[in-house]
Amino acid sequence: MIETSLDIAAIRKDFPILNREVNGQPLVYLDNAATSQTPQQVIDVIVDYYHNYNANIHRGVHSLSQEATDAYEIARNKIQKHFNIAHSYEVIFTSGTTHAINLVATGFTSFLKKGDEVLVSAMEHHSNIVPWQMLCERTGAQLKVIPMNLDGELVMEEYHALLSGKTKLVFCNHVSNALGTINPIKEIIDAAHKVGAAVLIDGAQAAAHIKPDLQALDVDFYTVSAHKMCGPTGVGMLYGKEEWLKKLPPYQGGGEMIAEVTFEKTTYADLPHKFEAGTPNICGGIAFGAALDYMNHLGFDAIAQYEDDLIQYATEQLLSIEGLKIYGTAAHKTSVISFNIEGIHPYDIGTILDKLGIAVRTGHHCAQPIMDFYKIPGTVRASFSFYNTQDEVDKLVAGVKRAKGMLQ
Amino acid sequence: MTIQEIQEEIIDEFSMFDDWMQRYEYMIELGKSLPLIDEQYKVDDNLIKGCQSKVWVHAELDGDKLVFTADSDAIITKGIIAILIRAFSNQKPQDIIDADTGFIDEIGLKEHLSPTRANGLVSMVKQLKLYAVAYQTQLK
Repeated sequence: MIETSLDIAAIRKDFPILNREVNGQPLVYLDNAATSQTPQQVIDVIVDYYHNYNANIHRGVHSLSQEATDAYEIARNKIQKHFNIAHSYEVIFTSGTTHAINLVATGFTSFLKKGDEVLVSAMEHHSNIVPWQMLCERTGAQLKVIPMNLDGELVMEEYHALLSGKTKLVFCNHVSNALGTINPIKEIIDAAHKVGAAVLIDGAQAAAHIKPDLQALDVDFYTVSAHKMCGPTGVGMLYGKEEWLKKLPPYQGGGEMIAEVTFEKTTYADLPHKFEAGTPNICGGIAFGAALDYMNHLGFDAIAQYEDDLIQYATEQLLSIEGLKIYGTAAHKTSVISFNIEGIHPYDIGTILDKLGIAVRTGHHCAQPIMDFYKIPGTVRASFSFYNTQDEVDKLVAGVKRAKGMLQ
Repeated sequence: MTIQEIQEEIIDEFSMFDDWMQRYEYMIELGKSLPLIDEQYKVDDNLIKGCQSKVWVHAELDGDKLVFTADSDAIITKGIIAILIRAFSNQKPQDIIDADTGFIDEIGLKEHLSPTRANGLVSMVKQLKLYAVAYQTQLK
């Protein structure tokens, strides 16, 4: 048995969905890298909001509006504290990571010119590639790729060689969603700063497993989606250093983001409201705060230790299957095992596993360049959370063996 | 045999199975008997959109009948397209256009496949019928 200070059986009771069956089998949910499940404590906060204080925020004089505003801003403070951010106004609520990245990419249009270079890692999610490609098309800047090796690790010598005075921006994920690699972001950030480049780290895949200290990292931008860390969908965070957020132009126009509006000229509101046009996902923001409370109550050290042991056990067990190859064998990785079995299409394995009640992801995981790198159509990806058990790993392994028997 | 008769035959065959595993194993077997597409037609233009795995389909007239060949890189998908082709190949284009596809539900394929696959299945049927429409126009 994997030793842990966490009471996994009790934790599982917090997640109502884990009780359900799929195709007549108890659900084994191993698609946490796509979205995590939601504990009752967070669901209660969502219900309580709509039962008791649903109102629009920041402009009502009535009590409900004030209560909703307070709860929303308390959530912002919780996010600030969790990520060790200097000022709460450096926390911008977004609809998620994709929105956050697009906000920055669009804002940088006026800062870049032909001859400038932006660097992006070879293991990015499409959402951290396409907005930068679009930015380069708009500005004439050049997109360059930090290569990776066969283990799924960035080749840092190449990264350092790519950096120059022309480099204006660097983008990299903290953890690869397709491979699970934990990237050396401190080294990436420090080196970029030496040549005067800004750095955006996509923390979507990391934030459920690692509690980053954004001030210590000295990162310029960091993005997170709540739904990958026990919160609801449709809400996330953009962290930006104050100096950058002040420089960046607003992303969308509308209510909430203005100071004064006349038909001649509009002046914009201060941070963070400058970037929060329109009615935000109020309930989502409050629930995001509750999700952080839930995870911090368990403790990120305990979560990381248990998940590391679980993934190590799963790796060993899966590798005992003949013909199984794991993609992403970095020395530092978390939460994700991407694999294929020789001669079998990942979709076939995923389909049989689904019949057995086991939810995994199959395909290119929105990271086609990685699949091209390995020359494969996709992988089966099992991704783990702290509520998964050793028994579920055994079910996965038995399921993969059964699928292999049927398909070979 | 008419499309209707072939579909009834397929429904009969699948009714012998008690559980999903036997059904899938049979489907995988059927995939092995799929009339394979000639390599020269295995091009992107012949790929069916909406499938998560690759499915190529080629159609050509043999007299007044339409003959389908296909392939897929996934074995279960291959089984599905094999079933569809068995029902629709060597038939007159107009009959393919008019054919009902309710048998897919009756053999428990649609409900027993994952939603994305089911979408792929819908795309496959649509593509076979589109070929039939194109060749029907040519026949006229």
